[in-house]
Amino acid sequence: MWIEWTIATKFLREGKTQSTLILVGIAVGVAVIVFLTALITGLQVNIINRTLGTQAHIKVQPTEERNRILPSASGSAHLLLESKRAQRLRSINNWQQVRDVLDTLPRVTAVSPLISGPAFARRGEALQSVALVGIDAPRYLRIIPIQDDIVAGVFRIGAGDTVIGKQLATDLGMHVGDKLRLDGGQGRESVVNVAGIFELGVRELDARYVYLDMKQAQSLLDLPGAATIIDVTVDDIFAAQAVATRIARLTGLKAESWMETNAQLMNALRSQNLSTRMISVFVALSVALGIASVLSVSVVQRTREIGILRAMGTTRRQMLGVFLIQGALFGLAGSLLGAAAGYGLVAGFNTFGPKLFYIPVDPWLPVAAMALAAVTGILSAAVPARRAASLDPVEAIRHV
Amino acid sequence: MSEHDPSEEILRLQGLRKSYNVGKPTEVEVLHGLDLRLQRRDFAALVGASGSGKSTLLNVIGLLDWPTAGELFLLGEPTRNMDDARRTALRGSAIGFVFQFHHLIQAFTALENVLMPLMVATGKPTREQIEHARSLLAQVGLEGLDQRKPDQLSGGQQQRVAVARALVTSPALLLADEPTGNLDTKSAAEVFQLFRKFNRESGCAVLLVTHDPRLSGQCDRMIELVDGNIESDDATG
Repeated sequence: MWIEWTIATKFLREGKTQSTLILVGIAVGVAVIVFLTALITGLQVNIINRTLGTQAHIKVQPTEERNRILPSASGSAHLLLESKRAQRLRSINNWQQVRDVLDTLPRVTAVSPLISGPAFARRGEALQSVALVGIDAPRYLRIIPIQDDIVAGVFRIGAGDTVIGKQLATDLGMHVGDKLRLDGGQGRESVVNVAGIFELGVRELDARYVYLDMKQAQSLLDLPGAATIIDVTVDDIFAAQAVATRIARLTGLKAESWMETNAQLMNALRSQNLSTRMISVFVALSVALGIASVLSVSVVQRTREIGILRAMGTTRRQMLGVFLIQGALFGLAGSLLGAAAGYGLVAGFNTFGPKLFYIPVDPWLPVAAMALAAVTGILSAAVPARRAASLDPVEAIRHV
Repeated sequence: MSEHDPSEEILRLQGLRKSYNVGKPTEVEVLHGLDLRLQRRDFAALVGASGSGKSTLLNVIGLLDWPTAGELFLLGEPTRNMDDARRTALRGSAIGFVFQFHHLIQAFTALENVLMPLMVATGKPTREQIEHARSLLAQVGLEGLDQRKPDQLSGGQQQRVAVARALVTSPALLLADEPTGNLDTKSAAEVFQLFRKFNRESGCAVLLVTHDPRLSGQCDRMIELVDGNIESDDATG
């Protein structure tokens, strides 16, 4: 390997202009790929974080209630006019056991049973419809860390304390320590103390969510001991769908992943990924063709020297190695420069850009880019290298 | 010089034929069944008009080209059915080449060019190999020019580097294709004297293609090729 390496590098150093030009070409290509990938990844992480910051990855709910239709007697035909059943608020059967099962599933990082239902919040004459969310606080906070979004007071529920959204507080003119009257319908009312006010940044949630202790929510919603939803988070958000399918099969309940509930978003992300990959592939292709053409020209230019080397006892395999090494070196060095330039662009974007979002720096991206570029270099060198190896030394020496 | 001692034999051609464009309508036979033997210490000139097949013969002997028929024994080994790798290895170790246009690798220094046959065979050169190459460069009169690149040397100097390179493996057979064709008379004489010297000192057989009657006249033996046949093979005065 030593002699192949030596010849390859000497040849590269001798053809400095050529080497530099192709290096710049590769670097530009790799920089585009690195920057684009980092940009799109950053954008997507940002979008996903904003979306998932306020919702669980998987929601487990009871299956919908359906009309049961008597089987028709044989030989008779039924004409049915069916009106769908209204969906009552129902508890998940044996939700404690379901919770314990989910706790043991691989990939699942947090499981939080909760009870959620409609109610009215009243203060004086003002009336707002709200969503009561009765939670098991330690479990719930692992899914949505509301304590981080508290803008007034503290996160404390239970014993008549509640935490409400900022918009609701504004609508009802409430401050921390004020009393809020909640009406669950059919005369179930209670008065709670506003212990904290949160702001998640999603208007709908900030205007409607009223966090309570599970027990209190259960009594307000007239579902003693019930949990209507189990929220689940997983370690890899893109595995949510698979885990949801597994949960549904395991429990017989309805399990919906964030991907299903945000189908539009997923679709957008996928198309974005696809277009990024397409651009990367075409840039990589042109880089590969660039390497191949430079090396092809180099093989022609060096035909005579290849012939001499062959006459000196250089084997075909060594000759092949020389040009494969050149391809790999082009790929590696070009991608090193390109990765540096790409990171420069990312840093520039983070520092001087519109600052709409931050592009995280994935340390593996340049490593992957370099490995890929080296492989691309070797592959694109294959054709010219084979030509160099198969050159007839007699012809090659005669070549002037 | 014992004429038929097999241990002294370097090269033997047996009915060697070479055709180009085999199997095509343009097929043409260039060498028509040559028989030839070179012994250790032979110093032979190969002469002949252009197109007589000198270069073709030299390429076949140098294992750069394959014969179409017949056999070529190098150091007693039949070579016609050898695969490319073995031919390459044998070429690297047993044969030294000097071409008309010095054919140095521009990217390497004079010293590295001389070391090239050793480096492609065994990798990074050892201290002894480097010393050996240095002394060869000194012997061809290029002491102190080790680190020059070929384009920093004159034509005669470059050709002398090529001679040192051909000798670095201590080859059994030295092939030279018009090694002085490109040089002025003085340089040509010097290069020729180098061949002479190494032929005497190491005993390697030398086969020299030349157009120059002054050079061929100084060889021990003159092989004349006419239209692909050996016309004469005589000892010269």
